[in-house]
Amino acid sequence: MSGAKLIFKNPAALPLDQVPLLSPDSFGQELYLSLAEGWRLCSYFGHRQQDGALRRYAVLAQDSSQQLAACCCAVEEDSFTSLAALCPQVSLFEREIYEQYGVAPEGHPWLKPVRFPLGGVGLMDFYQVTGEQVHEVAVGPVHAGIIEPGHFRFQCHGEEVFHLEISLGYQHRGVEQALPAAAAGRVIAMLEAVAGDSTIGHLWAYCLLREALCGTVVSPRASALRGIGLELERLANHAGDLGALAGDVGYLPTASFCGRIRGDFLNLSAELCGSRFGRGLLLPGGVRFDLDHAQAAGIQKRLSEAYRDLKGATDLLWQSASVMNRFEGCGQLSTETALSLGLVGPAARACGVVLDARSCHPFGCYGAHPLQASTGKRGDVSARARQRSQECEQSAAWLAAMLEQLPSGALREPDELPPQSERLAVALVEGWRGEICHVAISDRQGGISRYKITDPSFHNWQGLAVALRGEQISDFPLCNKSFNLSYCGFDL
Amino acid sequence: MLHSLLERIRQGYRTMPFPRTPPPLSERFRGRPILEPGRCAAGCRACLEACPVGAVSVTAAGPVIDQGLCLFCPACSEACPQGALSFSREYRLAARTRKDLLIGPEQTPPRAEPLETDLRKLFGRSLKLRQVSAGGCNACEADTNVLNTLAWDLGRFGIQFVASPRHADGILVTGPVSENMREALLATWEAVPAPKLVIACGACAIGGGPFRHLPAVHNGLDGIIPVDLFIPGCPPHPATIMDGLLRLVGRIA
Repeated sequence: MSGAKLIFKNPAALPLDQVPLLSPDSFGQELYLSLAEGWRLCSYFGHRQQDGALRRYAVLAQDSSQQLAACCCAVEEDSFTSLAALCPQVSLFEREIYEQYGVAPEGHPWLKPVRFPLGGVGLMDFYQVTGEQVHEVAVGPVHAGIIEPGHFRFQCHGEEVFHLEISLGYQHRGVEQALPAAAAGRVIAMLEAVAGDSTIGHLWAYCLLREALCGTVVSPRASALRGIGLELERLANHAGDLGALAGDVGYLPTASFCGRIRGDFLNLSAELCGSRFGRGLLLPGGVRFDLDHAQAAGIQKRLSEAYRDLKGATDLLWQSASVMNRFEGCGQLSTETALSLGLVGPAARACGVVLDARSCHPFGCYGAHPLQASTGKRGDVSARARQRSQECEQSAAWLAAMLEQLPSGALREPDELPPQSERLAVALVEGWRGEICHVAISDRQGGISRYKITDPSFHNWQGLAVALRGEQISDFPLCNKSFNLSYCGFDL
Repeated sequence: MLHSLLERIRQGYRTMPFPRTPPPLSERFRGRPILEPGRCAAGCRACLEACPVGAVSVTAAGPVIDQGLCLFCPACSEACPQGALSFSREYRLAARTRKDLLIGPEQTPPRAEPLETDLRKLFGRSLKLRQVSAGGCNACEADTNVLNTLAWDLGRFGIQFVASPRHADGILVTGPVSENMREALLATWEAVPAPKLVIACGACAIGGGPFRHLPAVHNGLDGIIPVDLFIPGCPPHPATIMDGLLRLVGRIA
């Protein structure tokens, strides 16, 4: 099958003319067969070329073989045959292509708006269940807590949720559309805030793309410092969510401890770069800030204290019957469902899916300093909580080893080489929510003509919707927090 | 039960003494910019050109930085060949008017003044806020949320975030106000009973931040709702937010 798609490794900048240009039929067939063979869709998008012609590009990953692949096809008519009914993970990508370019996926079972870029947000036909005692609960866009906006429609029978439909788009800022024409500094500023809790993850993906396009080689030291930033980001977010999960079942000790411990990890990011969210750390070519021996030792000391506190706080969860009673069996997803929806990150690993860009598609420092995330089994809230807790343990151990012996090298290589023209550049980074995929297409002058961002939330929101089926509506906050997906990362 | 008690003893009492004592800030924290226009070379515009969001303008007397737009990234200080621009660790950045966010050769921003006496009487000991994220990236939201943790314990000053605008005395807005959130934001604001306060938290809510002038956003609250307190930063440090809120209700001066 490999003849029909170009195989490569993460990250890469491929000559555009080497990306196989297939007919719409064989493109559809290639996608279908690849997904059936265990490939996974990382990104799938339209691109209007300089000559005005529209193409569809797909980027796929095979996690077992560390391979990525790409292929494309021309769009000559105003529709194409939808694969969504056969391969659910394609569904949202097809809806997005329809919304952005007006070409309709024929036979799509669920062709609804994705982000409402032309206004009228939230106005659509929601799926409705009718019948005696069936009622509908509408929540949002403004929610009760300090969180981002989105709309949720529950079809309920008493407490039981038959179906949850999630309608987003409220956070749409038009980032993807603005990136190609934006100045270099502005690109970084926007990408740092594309999903503000994943600043390092998204900016690292951009840096990998830019470096692949320019042929810049980043030093082991700069790469390691990026890794430190990324793992601190992971620890902070997982710690916060573990506390919030405890809060959602009314277990206040862990909720209180973790609220503070999350801040301890954020403060370590600030020690590294001055910002609790890792703003300003990464630049194409390297990083801005170094750690000397004493600073690294200081961070390591505070890290081990914070991790010990986190371990103590989360161990209480597993020992508390009332907590486990709420966690276990709640919001369960099978391995098959996770695979068919194309879930990524801890949510997928908690279902037993082996995937992690750090080990399956190593980037930056993770080649020389591997970090292998564990996987769970049950796919419920309990499995997602334990998964995150284990990932904290693995990150803390990795950080301890890295801070002990930072590799040498320049902090920052000059970012002066012009980007290569007519390339398809792809980069995957394992953010704390899962796989962050950035794809860029450079034009004849080396400028970016298309920038495609796929936040892990784009893959995973549907997982949350499916996890709620048959659950009590009162368990929604708990299920939601166990995923904790990004609204703005989805809405872009 | 015993485990949780033992762990409680081990974790200890962790509420910060702030605001009685200064907050713990990292060495590399970038707070209020310091300008030394005397060092500027004639005609130099390096800082202006380096700023990704147009927060710097250059006047005959030297550069002016608009902290409302500033992302507190190191780009301008790195680009300055004369070392005329650096970042201090001053975190007390909130202001009552948009103009008070400017720093320049002739402008030194004042600290935020408290509310007028009648409003202070109403809100000084109990202020309930509804938070609205309107295109926020979840960084401002996260560092506002953190004020509710035991480390910051904002509740001890009578300031609380509530679930309904009907229960609120004002709104704290984050994000550049995406067009898709404008209506929901206005509806939330209208649902708050008067007299009510509006707080713009973060560069996005003040002026659009990194997303300024994008067609899908509104450059923050500017021209949408009048603002009573501006809290700059991308995102603002929790100490900056807390300091601003406490100054507004007159709990610190």
